[in-house]
Amino acid sequence: MDLLEYQGKQLLAARDIPVPPGRPASTVEEAVEAAGTIGYPCIVKAQVQIGGRGKLGGIKVAADEEELRTHAQAILGMDIRGLTVHEVLIEAASEIGAEYYTSIVFDRSAKAPLILLSTKGGMDIEQVAEDDPGAIASLHVDPMLGFQEFHGRRLAFEAGIDADLVRPVSVMLAKLYGAFVSEDAMLVEINPLIVTPERELRALDAKVTLDDSALYRHPDSAAFRNLSAEDPQEAMAKERGLTYVKLDGDIGILGNGAGLVMSTLDLVAQAGGAPANFLDAGGGSKADAIVAAVEVILSDQKVRAVLFNIFGGITRCDEVAKGLIEAFERVQPEVPFVVRLDGTNDVEGRRLLAEADLLNLFVEETMLGAAERVVELAAATPSLEAR
Amino acid sequence: MSILIDGDTRLCVSGITGREGTFHAMNNLRYGTQVISGVTPGKGGQDVEGVPVFNTFHDAVAETGANAAMIFVPARFAADSILEAADAGIGLIVAISEGIPAHDELRIVTQLDRTPNVRLIGPNCPGVLAPGKANVGIIPHAFFSEGNVGVVSRSGTLTYQIGKELAQRDLGNSTIVGIGGDPVPGSSFIDILALFEADPQTEVIVMSGEIGGDAEERAAEFASKHVTKPVVGYIAGFTAPEGKTMGHAGAIVSGTSGTAQAKADALEQNGVRVGRTPTEVAEIAVSVLAQ
Repeated sequence: MDLLEYQGKQLLAARDIPVPPGRPASTVEEAVEAAGTIGYPCIVKAQVQIGGRGKLGGIKVAADEEELRTHAQAILGMDIRGLTVHEVLIEAASEIGAEYYTSIVFDRSAKAPLILLSTKGGMDIEQVAEDDPGAIASLHVDPMLGFQEFHGRRLAFEAGIDADLVRPVSVMLAKLYGAFVSEDAMLVEINPLIVTPERELRALDAKVTLDDSALYRHPDSAAFRNLSAEDPQEAMAKERGLTYVKLDGDIGILGNGAGLVMSTLDLVAQAGGAPANFLDAGGGSKADAIVAAVEVILSDQKVRAVLFNIFGGITRCDEVAKGLIEAFERVQPEVPFVVRLDGTNDVEGRRLLAEADLLNLFVEETMLGAAERVVELAAATPSLEAR
Repeated sequence: MSILIDGDTRLCVSGITGREGTFHAMNNLRYGTQVISGVTPGKGGQDVEGVPVFNTFHDAVAETGANAAMIFVPARFAADSILEAADAGIGLIVAISEGIPAHDELRIVTQLDRTPNVRLIGPNCPGVLAPGKANVGIIPHAFFSEGNVGVVSRSGTLTYQIGKELAQRDLGNSTIVGIGGDPVPGSSFIDILALFEADPQTEVIVMSGEIGGDAEERAAEFASKHVTKPVVGYIAGFTAPEGKTMGHAGAIVSGTSGTAQAKADALEQNGVRVGRTPTEVAEIAVSVLAQ
């Protein structure tokens, strides 16, 4: 789960990491009210997870209420690389002495958290890594040992942090590591971490990604919403407990097991089609889950045809067939379905489908055959939105 | 010979009294696996269809001599159960549970890496099947017969698909190992490749990977240096968009790293033939064995 800037800053502030005073707002009036408590000049920042939003007009300074209204009006609702801005962060303007960079990533390959620190903040860190790799200090922390003071000193000296700030930076890194572990983060990034003219550190931006599997123990974080990144189909699927990812093609896809579904998408693409979604119906898919899944897939108006690819292990093909028959009764789909059932109780599943004799439903024996068939059918069928 | 499990495996199932735990433990038992005990805290003294249940792994080991554990408890209890099994001296732990927080997984795997003589398979995996010998987990045995193809995979159903394609070409398996779809698996492709290399029954190895991380790239390099047996690869997720988790917690392309193309390229550059479809994987395995 990717947090918006202001949500990430709330997590950091709760760990005693200094951030500028700020408040989110979703209307111009709320923005005016927020600015009233924060004072002018203040910054209006679009809340979308896109790097370089400043260059795209998503960050403006407001000297007074009139300017604030103009900027909030312009930024709220703005489209930034396909994402709509639903909220702005109204934040006190900060005086910047120097800009640092720091982050902690969950390095799955090294099986340890990786901390990065650099005095070249405020720009794209991947660019810095390319142009001047020596400017970034990094080290892995043993997950059983945790962050120690020497880690902070090593990073600060290696990055060339000004002498008077070595200790404050070390202390801040310890707090950041604490946040990373106890909030179950996969990434925390502060860019820039600024030094004010008074030589104080402050997180001017925050990028935080949390582990979805750990949200059950962080109810406050689980309640964070990011409307700009929410897709209607994905939201609908989430409500129904389905694992669904929206893609931009026109062939709806359902399978059981993440690997098999990914493989199905690839086969459809190889056959010349474009998948509209990833949907893993999971193990033991019962009729209700199938009905719910069909409704989600067909709520995408671009869909021209649907492919069901089931390999029954724990999942029983006769259960899937029953669910599909029920879904056809309830939803009465107007686009063709190609179904491939293999594995546990596949013969019974195919018998049920043959008996039901559903209009516009085609059974294929193999995964490859099914992928080719659905691509042909999609090409011959207008999309729902085109009707 | 198979790898990891065989007729001498003495399995203790954590979560045996749960609905799913009972179902799969009994399936494994009927297959011929020695399912000798179970653990459910507070239910010690009971039994599940004749299999005795203990409160702790330590009791189960002392009383029944368990040398392998299957973890079937809900995710929030699974990390603890894995550590308990290791602490009780169990040498092979197969964790089926899905949804263990990544930081917990990191701590378990680090701890187990430092504990001698213990191996973790999973979490979030379908388990291990040695056809004709033993089944630990949820892999449907009907699709697999005994043979000389070793299979290691990050996914469940995709593995069954590949197994069936092999079976249709009269190829059986030495062992099928699901290493799981999480970001920090207990055993990597490399660990399993090394075991298959040393296993006399295995003549060809099928390795099925997917997007996310760099385990396939590392395995490709390892295979070129340390594996003499032919390896056939498959990678799922060519069409996956950047930044989206595709079902498995570990299946995510981050920026430009972890893409299917990079993995397939790494495998091929290291002499591993990669099938574009599960069908092609089986066809390559057949042709490799015929050589």
